[in-house]
Amino acid sequence: MNPSKTLPITADANVKPKSVARISLRRGLLYAVMVGLVLLMVTPFAWMLSTSLKAQQYILETPPRLFPSPITLESYTGLAERIDLARVVFNSAFVAAATTVGQIVISAMAAYAFARLQWRGRNIVFMLYLATMMVPSVVMVIPQFILIRQLGWVNTYAALIVPSLFNAFGTFLLRQSFLGLPKDFEEAAFVDGANPFTIFWRIMLPLNLPAIATLVVLSFMGSWNSYLFPLFVARKEEVITLPVALGVLQAGPRALTEWNLVMAGAVITVLPILIVYLFAQKWFIQGIVSSGIKG
Amino acid sequence: MMAWQTGWHKWKWVAFFLAPSLIGLSIFIVLPILTSFTLAFQDWNLLSPPEWIGLANFQEMFADDAFWGALRYTLQFIAFYIPTVFALALGLAVLLNQKLRGVLVVRTATFLPVVASWVVVSLIWKWIFNPQYGLINPALAALGVQAPAWLFDPSSALIAIVITSVWKDLGYIAVMYLGGLQAINDTLYEAAHIDGANGRQQFFRITLPLLTPTMFFVLIILLINSFQVFDQVWLMPMRDSAADRQVEVLVTEVVKNAFSYNRMGYASAMSWVLFALIFLITFVQLRLQKRWVYYESE
Repeated sequence: MNPSKTLPITADANVKPKSVARISLRRGLLYAVMVGLVLLMVTPFAWMLSTSLKAQQYILETPPRLFPSPITLESYTGLAERIDLARVVFNSAFVAAATTVGQIVISAMAAYAFARLQWRGRNIVFMLYLATMMVPSVVMVIPQFILIRQLGWVNTYAALIVPSLFNAFGTFLLRQSFLGLPKDFEEAAFVDGANPFTIFWRIMLPLNLPAIATLVVLSFMGSWNSYLFPLFVARKEEVITLPVALGVLQAGPRALTEWNLVMAGAVITVLPILIVYLFAQKWFIQGIVSSGIKG
Repeated sequence: MMAWQTGWHKWKWVAFFLAPSLIGLSIFIVLPILTSFTLAFQDWNLLSPPEWIGLANFQEMFADDAFWGALRYTLQFIAFYIPTVFALALGLAVLLNQKLRGVLVVRTATFLPVVASWVVVSLIWKWIFNPQYGLINPALAALGVQAPAWLFDPSSALIAIVITSVWKDLGYIAVMYLGGLQAINDTLYEAAHIDGANGRQQFFRITLPLLTPTMFFVLIILLINSFQVFDQVWLMPMRDSAADRQVEVLVTEVVKNAFSYNRMGYASAMSWVLFALIFLITFVQLRLQKRWVYYESE
């Protein structure tokens, strides 16, 4: 550390030394706030998990018990009797994985065309991409639904995957990253006679992995959590995804007394994302903050 | 010059890289936007052929109580939600910016709801707000407070929805602020300290002014997103309750018209009014920013 930065502060006679008691009181308060915040954020998830581990009769206890006793998995088996759980989980996972892979490939290729190839009209086309990002998703829901219907894609995986492959945001994010990369490697490869595809595949993609990882997180999470559009194009059990299935379950006639089943479904929906988040926090935070506007 | 930098070869490569994205974007994004715009001037129930009706959708909308009700609830939601999350997230960001042991745990915890899906968060809080078996009312009863019926009653349902939304978005907005806080040069604080400025003076004279560009950005994002509030409003009110019948926001109204009443033209017109509102408010924000946003470089 630079001594000139810290010395004047401690040596300054104008600043009254704070008493040890005041500093520790402030510390204590801050820690109390921090513990309170963590509890506030974690308790609802804990309550979800706790409810899902209770037997039917115990969820209607007053006052509620935070820790289930006895612990039982009967909500999960009950849920599996109500909906084809394996199928719904597979649907969500498959749709999210396909959307992610497709979005990365398509966005990265377009980003390369915008960042590195020289062509007439490039800026105008890029402006068009940016302009589409301004339009709120609610404007798109109706005509996209009509298009899906005309294509005969209602209740197919295509309805859930294809429309979200082409969002301009992914192209924008990767283009920014590509532009930030020095051209030296490409020029060297170019001198060696590499064509654009080789340069794209061997240089651009490997050297932009952080931006790609950010986009992977964003598109997987976006697809896994997506609700508004799937709600209207994929309601059949063969293609229904977790959030839509959960919504249907909680609106059912017996939903008032079956919160343990709903919470079991919520655990299955949210736990994979939360676990991946805990191990890859950096990418989640970077990605979500960079995306800004809601899907 | 390599062959692929000029002429036909160049365009071959441009087409190769751009075509999948550009064709897809044209069909699945640009075409729907144009369709939606023309639909706004049509009457179409998906069965009979669409009929051109000029501005009739808009005339009907401006005389429609349901539209004004939805606009009112949207604005009420914004009026409660934005100031709360704006202020609390700033406080949280200042906390996260302290060099204290354990702040990373707080950051991790406050970001948990951000990565969770809106459906899950809505349902967890719907259960927490359950008047009989949830977590909140028994606690309020223990304190001797008369607890509201939350998601059964229109006005307390809105409060419940706001609380849930603040809980979910707090960590997200705080991390945006945190970026702004970390960009402030430490030497400014050191200089202020030498001049005898206390913590509060430093916050109001240094932190806040230098954070205004971030606050501006946060405000724009919050406004754009909260005009589009949907999932929690769609899912949280209790079925068949007064809250369920009355609490509608603009997006739920669009969705209801489109998918419950098959009024594709009317719903499209409403979605464009929503877009116009967002656009207008963002534009006004941009115009007003000179009055309160401080850019260091100027």
